[in-house]
Amino acid sequence: MNFNFISAKISQKIMNSIFLLSGIITLTILVIILAYILIKGLPVINLEFIFGQVENQGASGGIFPIIISSLYVTLLSVLISTPLGVGAAIYMAEYANDGKLTRIIRFGAEILASIPSIVYGLFGLSFFVIFLNLGWSIFSASLVLAIMGIPTIFQVSEVSIRSVPSIYAEGSYGLGATKWQTIYKVVLPAALSGIVTGIILGMTRAISEAAAVMYAVGSSITMPISILDPGRPLPLHLYILATEGISLPNAFGTAAVLVIIVLIITFLTNYFTERYQNKMMGK
Amino acid sequence: MSKLTSETIMEKSLFIIALFSCLVILLIISFIFIEAFPAIQEYGIAQFLFGNIWAPNEGQFGVFAMIIGSLYVTFIALLMSVPLSLSCAIFMAEVASSKVRKFLKPVIQTLSGIPSVVFGFFGLILLVPFIRSQFGGTGFGILTAAIILSIMILPTIISVSYDSLRAVPQDYKEASLGLGATNWQTIRRVVFPSALPGIITSIILGMGRAVGETLAVLMVIGNVAKIPASILSPARTLTSNIALEMNYAIGIHYNALFATAVVLFIVIISLLIIANHIQRKYSMDIGGGTL
Repeated sequence: MNFNFISAKISQKIMNSIFLLSGIITLTILVIILAYILIKGLPVINLEFIFGQVENQGASGGIFPIIISSLYVTLLSVLISTPLGVGAAIYMAEYANDGKLTRIIRFGAEILASIPSIVYGLFGLSFFVIFLNLGWSIFSASLVLAIMGIPTIFQVSEVSIRSVPSIYAEGSYGLGATKWQTIYKVVLPAALSGIVTGIILGMTRAISEAAAVMYAVGSSITMPISILDPGRPLPLHLYILATEGISLPNAFGTAAVLVIIVLIITFLTNYFTERYQNKMMGK
Repeated sequence: MSKLTSETIMEKSLFIIALFSCLVILLIISFIFIEAFPAIQEYGIAQFLFGNIWAPNEGQFGVFAMIIGSLYVTFIALLMSVPLSLSCAIFMAEVASSKVRKFLKPVIQTLSGIPSVVFGFFGLILLVPFIRSQFGGTGFGILTAAIILSIMILPTIISVSYDSLRAVPQDYKEASLGLGATNWQTIRRVVFPSALPGIITSIILGMGRAVGETLAVLMVIGNVAKIPASILSPARTLTSNIALEMNYAIGIHYNALFATAVVLFIVIISLLIIANHIQRKYSMDIGGGTL
């Protein structure tokens, strides 16, 4: 009995150190990857690199058109996916009853979220580029990314709309407001920071994506002006620089710019989430 | 009356928006399948799935080696990732103080936000030379790809299993601790079994991500369309097969790549259905009306 007690205590200690170790390993992996990319990439980054044109297929010059392409496809895709994702979230949180149709819609969003990006790439090529004849363009790529972003925005927004206290809505109904007036004037503003978090998360996915856009965006290194111009977002540029052995330093520079953008977006997400939680807890 | 109509219009249009995802899926399925059909019709479905030779120039389109490649690399990635991520999830949910937890959550979030091409680039520059110097060969192969994938699926498995560990009712733990069990005994006998459906779901979702990952794998796996002889051999996955050849594929070759996407699509949907089934079936059993 006594022996059992000691061994339970010892095994407790051993397990706790294993758990702690796995937390440390996970942290170390992240630190190694980020440090490696930033240490090798940051020295490459200067004003010339950020604002220069791409020269020699990326072997020299900067990445300005690449950065603009990335921002272009990301913003355009979020502009398209936000009304669709938030609209679906409002319907599911406020109108839908727990029927078969609701379950199908929910499962549909899950499927959209788990289709591999390369399959989206093929769909973008066959549907937007060829069938709708939009060509290799910023617009085709944005449409593909918009579809990929819908489930993220939808799922995060639905949770935040559902978590608005029902007293808010009841107060509004009591004043004679209709359902839509209540949603528009009371529920949505209260859920706003949660919805913004969903949109930012959708942006992270869009700005990181290469496989889904590589057959839709055209891979051109010139500056995209109109939405029907071709372009080449950051991840795709990095992929081409690295796999075709064009320029290792510029690949590191591109990777560092991409990582910094993603880190900023993640930081913003956390900021909004915290603000939202504080608000919900009445701080 | 007009107030009522505008209310109805709003509800109906929101409903249509909500249905949009489902319509898009139908669109995706039909376009992928229509483009895939000529290849399957001409080459034969059995020969396509179980044929061993992929040689587009000679009109050979067997994807069996790619199916094996995908399964192999996914399995090895899970083997490395599952113990680490479950242990990390338990640490965050049950052992760590709330301060440490608050610190680790953004770490996981940042890891999940790193673009897959960056992972691939990291693997290409750092891991491939390392594997080459340690084990010989080219450094490109199943093992290298599996290591990169195992890192990429960590956040998925950690965050989903963390949520399911946290969802275990506090009463269960208190009852166990009250009987004199240690924290580890409680985790092993009470918390972990109750959270098991969620944990299995997290592993299946991680598996789906590993099977679907494209460029990170392509950059480090070597891309030889042959059944890999060992864990260090180069191989080709379903995803990398598409990404490698789509740029120049024409005719039946083009259709065969869409057929590869169909195989991929079916694998992913099956995994998703299994995950959903497990969650629905077992979440009923987790004690006093959690569902």
